[in-house]
Amino acid sequence: MRPPSPSIPEKEFVFDALKHSLRLDGRLPLEMRTPALSFGTELGCVECSLGKTRVLANIDAKMVKPTPERPFEGMLSIHSEISPMAASEYEIGRPSEEEVTITRMLDKVLRRSDALDKESLCIIAGQRVWHLRLTLHFLADAGNLLDCACMAGIVALKHFRRPEVEVVGDEVTVHPPTERAPVPLAIHHTPFCISFAFFPDPSTQPVIDPSLLEQRLSAGLMSVALNAQRELCVVQKLGGVPLAPDDLLAYINVAVAKAKELDVIVEEALKKDWSGRHVEVR
Amino acid sequence: MASSSRVEILNEGGFRSDGRKQFELRDMVIDLSQQGTADGSALVSHGLTQVIVSVFGPREAKMRSQTIYDRANINVELSIASFSTGERRKRSRGDKRILEMAATIKSTFEPVVQTTLYPRSQIDIFVQVLQQDGGLLQACINATTLALASAGIPLYDFVCAVTGGVHSTSPMLDLTTLEESDIPHVTVATMPGSGKVTLATMETRLHVDRFEEIFRLACEAGQILHKEMRAAVRSRTGVLISAMQSAAPRQGIKKMIR
Repeated sequence: MRPPSPSIPEKEFVFDALKHSLRLDGRLPLEMRTPALSFGTELGCVECSLGKTRVLANIDAKMVKPTPERPFEGMLSIHSEISPMAASEYEIGRPSEEEVTITRMLDKVLRRSDALDKESLCIIAGQRVWHLRLTLHFLADAGNLLDCACMAGIVALKHFRRPEVEVVGDEVTVHPPTERAPVPLAIHHTPFCISFAFFPDPSTQPVIDPSLLEQRLSAGLMSVALNAQRELCVVQKLGGVPLAPDDLLAYINVAVAKAKELDVIVEEALKKDWSGRHVEVR
Repeated sequence: MASSSRVEILNEGGFRSDGRKQFELRDMVIDLSQQGTADGSALVSHGLTQVIVSVFGPREAKMRSQTIYDRANINVELSIASFSTGERRKRSRGDKRILEMAATIKSTFEPVVQTTLYPRSQIDIFVQVLQQDGGLLQACINATTLALASAGIPLYDFVCAVTGGVHSTSPMLDLTTLEESDIPHVTVATMPGSGKVTLATMETRLHVDRFEEIFRLACEAGQILHKEMRAAVRSRTGVLISAMQSAAPRQGIKKMIR
């Protein structure tokens, strides 16, 4: 069920405020909501929240036979269906345009960018590999589901530990976590997604991490996924307000700075969680 | 899939795998002759990539629920022929990649088409991909611009798209499939009148500094394509006018050829 479009007074107020570089929730135009990460008891379960937007990511692993085209690589499949729990406009089974964008973007950021080393997931070439399943549950939509989902996904991958496997000849022994400490995944780099929203009036500055109202009123979105080493993984500006090339490059530089901040926050949260976990060595 | 015979992307003489130089664009063939009952159509080839676009509209919307009270609704349907690639592959309509590309084309043209002139109507854009050899989105966007112009739909400006990539440190323009699968690349669409960028997509990893280089280059290349596209529209208009003239010669029509 499509929600009613924002009313004219709401629209005018938001645009007027943006002309004076003011946002409804008091943030600066280039200020992101501070992400809050909370980890579940199981490894690989993390809930990421950007203000009121919440996404829960869960990873589980099982051993399967690899595809014949790629016998040396493991597999990562991403399940990200948005249910009406996030907002009443989403329906199961009928992907809205926004859902298609989010699914494709997650695919590009987490799979195509080679963040995860798939060859390290191989147990016996051609016979047994790990198949990781990343499931994203969208709990609440208060704008910018995309950035939240990408962060939840990559943090879950960093948090997850797979059981240790011992291969003797053709025999595979999987050691449960109680016997041997589980092994972290081989992650090449940590991509973060940062979204900008542009508005119809060309003199208005774009905003980072749009809230729900700002997203609905925007005339164009640009999402940039990059890691803290200044490498761009995905640049996606699909139509919308035309930008001068210099402006676009300036916004990418803003995103570079934000990615560094996010990297620090994520590393700290992961370290804190890991120190709180009791790992007994027998 | 790794290439079995190692073809060099760029050899020491500065030539690419298909014989072009670094910044050379592929041959662009534009055919604006009428296709079926479409209001406007364009058959565009960039080298071996061939795309045909048919535009219907503005006309009454098929589904009342999709009409917008103060502007025209743009509907884009993309279909990729199963014989378009080297290996025959049937693609379902609901394929996310195709849906995404169609949504991309729609949002690229929404600010370009003067939709406020046709409230409550619909403009249908049907894109059919006949041959793929790299630069698919680029070809689709260029063909759509030409089809919209050929249909007489008012546009604020042309949209010219081009792909660019970087092979170690050498930037290259207009990539083929072989190059796209090997090097990081970006597709950029610009509006030549103002020089502004409407579309920029990149799916491969690339350092920020390299990206800046290839991005600026692609923006400039858009201007070159604009010349070709405008010449094609001009010559097509000339053909139509001379056909009209031979049917009913009138003094006033001669002035239109300028």
